[in-house]
Amino acid sequence: MLFLDHIYLIPLLPAFGAAVMFFFGRRLQKSTVSAVCVGVVVLAFLMACGAVLQYTNWAAANDHRPFESIGYTWLGTDTGQTTFTTHDGSPAKFQLEAKLLLDPLSSIWLLFVTGVGMLIHIYSIGYMGHEGGYYRFFGYLNLFMFSMLTLILANNYALLFVGWEGVGLCSYLLIGFYFHRKSASDAANKAFIVNRIGDAGFILGMFFVAWLCGSLRFIDVTAAARSGHFAVGDPLITAATLLLFVGACGKSAQLPLYVWLPDAMEGPTPVSALIHAATMVTAGVYMVARSNALFVLAPNSMLVVAIVGALTAIFAASIGLVQNDIKRVLAYSTVSQLGYMFLALGVGAFAAGVFHVFTHAFFKALLFLGAGSVIHAMSGEQDMRNMGALSEKIPTTFRTMLTATLAIAGIPPLAGFFSKDEILWQAWKFSPYLWAIGFVTALMTAFYMFRLMYLTFWSPSRATSHEIEHHIHESPKSMTVPLVILAFFSITAGFLGVSASMGGSDHFGKFLEPVFANRVQTIEAAPAEEGSRGTEWLLMLLSVAAAGTGWFMASRAYGNAGKGYVEPIDAAAPPVYNTLLNKYYVDEGYDYLFTGRRKVGDVRLGVMGAGEASSWFDANVIDGAVNGAGWLTRAFATISKWWDTWIIDGIGVNGPAILARMLSYPARLFEWGLVQWYALVMTAGLVGFVFYYVYR
Amino acid sequence: MLDISTLHYLVLGAALFLLGVIGVLTRRNVIIVLMSIELILNAVNLNLVALSHYWQGRPAALGGGPLALHGQVFAIFIITDAAAEAAVGLGILIAFFRNKETVNVDEVNLLKW
Repeated sequence: MLFLDHIYLIPLLPAFGAAVMFFFGRRLQKSTVSAVCVGVVVLAFLMACGAVLQYTNWAAANDHRPFESIGYTWLGTDTGQTTFTTHDGSPAKFQLEAKLLLDPLSSIWLLFVTGVGMLIHIYSIGYMGHEGGYYRFFGYLNLFMFSMLTLILANNYALLFVGWEGVGLCSYLLIGFYFHRKSASDAANKAFIVNRIGDAGFILGMFFVAWLCGSLRFIDVTAAARSGHFAVGDPLITAATLLLFVGACGKSAQLPLYVWLPDAMEGPTPVSALIHAATMVTAGVYMVARSNALFVLAPNSMLVVAIVGALTAIFAASIGLVQNDIKRVLAYSTVSQLGYMFLALGVGAFAAGVFHVFTHAFFKALLFLGAGSVIHAMSGEQDMRNMGALSEKIPTTFRTMLTATLAIAGIPPLAGFFSKDEILWQAWKFSPYLWAIGFVTALMTAFYMFRLMYLTFWSPSRATSHEIEHHIHESPKSMTVPLVILAFFSITAGFLGVSASMGGSDHFGKFLEPVFANRVQTIEAAPAEEGSRGTEWLLMLLSVAAAGTGWFMASRAYGNAGKGYVEPIDAAAPPVYNTLLNKYYVDEGYDYLFTGRRKVGDVRLGVMGAGEASSWFDANVIDGAVNGAGWLTRAFATISKWWDTWIIDGIGVNGPAILARMLSYPARLFEWGLVQWYALVMTAGLVGFVFYYVYR
Repeated sequence: MLDISTLHYLVLGAALFLLGVIGVLTRRNVIIVLMSIELILNAVNLNLVALSHYWQGRPAALGGGPLALHGQVFAIFIITDAAAEAAVGLGILIAFFRNKETVNVDEVNLLKW
């Protein structure tokens, strides 16, 4: 139980490496950096192997429960004072722990993440040997391993999200590793921002899950989901799972959030291999597989997952048919294969999806590392139009890449055949239409992968200059040994999951049974008829035929591609070729719709334009109304003031005064102050009186 | 020879009264105005005495008789009153002169508008 008890060391070892790089990296020698960083990952891998072995023993004795390690309470208290009410009114305690969980699902991820990670770290010693920022690269790589391992080993959604964000951050740091190149820093921004959109969905999904199940711990959520408390097709569960899937779309590059992955090829090739092929992009698949209990309760969500996966697969494969940059082809291939994995999860074949993740990690990492080796040999050339005839000059790279191409095309008995075939078989059982999409995608996959092989290795050389041709050399051992190891696994990994129909014992599926308990009863509920066995073999033959057809078409088109060769699609239908070459103009579409960089005249377009429009509306119309109300009030006040000053005061108050004064003018005239005048008036009055009385 | 009847006295009294009034209204010197006031009073006295004498010649049964001396007695009162009035008027004149240093009545016009 040594490894199991100290399972927390597995993520912490790479964290330690990253910390050392952060504090002391600049002063260390390259050899020290390599020793520390690669050493911790090797140790982590060895510990992972030990832990998984011990877990299998422990689980057999403990009813196949998941193993939870010691940890601490991260948020929330034990006193139960931070409670919230779940949707059915029962109180729940808000508590997030930092604990690690090991069960069959995380064991598989643990093994291939540490294993492939270790090989890529070793490879990077050779690849990045001549680059600047050596310690920074390994520090970021170790930080990535720490985040990814936290993600995998987390026992609750919140800690998973910590790892989720961490890998997103490391993706940003590593894509933008050559940050003085604007295209690289733009690509890093794009990756992080598009990821963030997915994260918004993920967080909302987490809230839903917490509100519905009362806890974010995987064990609790799975128990709540399988308790029968929720009806199948519950709209709240559907909403929660759809939101979680949005997060998975962002991280695992499905439609419509895949746009960051091709641009992520700006990063160094080991980064593309580790992050964007084998590990980070599978985080979405892991999360959905982890939430399988919830997804099973929401058939509509699973349908969405399957359809999105299938459409992404065929969409990305079609773009990959015409790309000229060797890494771009592989990037679109990754998006396409991820689509297959989600297709598998969506139709309920969780084990098949996970199996494809497992095999894909090996051959995709191998393809990327091999591409790196090719680029290294071609002195930095990445455009396949300028390659050719490398098969004799870099034989190890060639042979390993050929192995990987055979694997990804699905040619038996290599790994890809078993996993891809299982997916196609499950898809057929669910819906023939989905199978058809997967089938066409398989044909396209074979075509573009062999196109890559032909243009790079088998066709005549189209190198742009003689110096490049002379400089072509095989990569150092530190780069080729990982290639060989990965090639070995690309061949053999498939044997772990040979399905029953082909006479195998499906160790892989059985290993995963405790995790996907529900699936066993629902997918296998259909009794295995004899006819289905025959259909399965037929479909298998069809997929092999598709792979062979793809190979054949590629050989016809590119076998002898000399300088200025013609693309067959371009020759047949130039508009189609242009659309594919320009990636269906999706990036331009997003630019118009969302980034707000395009203007028509002075008006900004898209969502940002709507924002600007409503800001204009608020500033001019609404504030204008407010200002107008103010102006009206002041106008009224002015009129009031005029009325008061001139009419009320003037006529009302001053008027009588003026009238009195005007009327008093004549009266004043009688007051001269002369006594004799007063006397005269008196006399006149007296005389008047006398006359009046005398002559009455 | 003209017979001097009561009428002549009344006319004389009226004329003196009229002269007095004109003097009050017209003269500028305050002292002359006071003298004119005296003249008015004396004119009234003359009237009273004349009419009292007339009633003395009338028979007693009609309101006259040798003891109908009402007018003459009243005239003595008026003389007294005129004297007092003149005293007061001169007092006012002297007070006024102290203020304004003039005895012209048209310069007594401070109470105008």
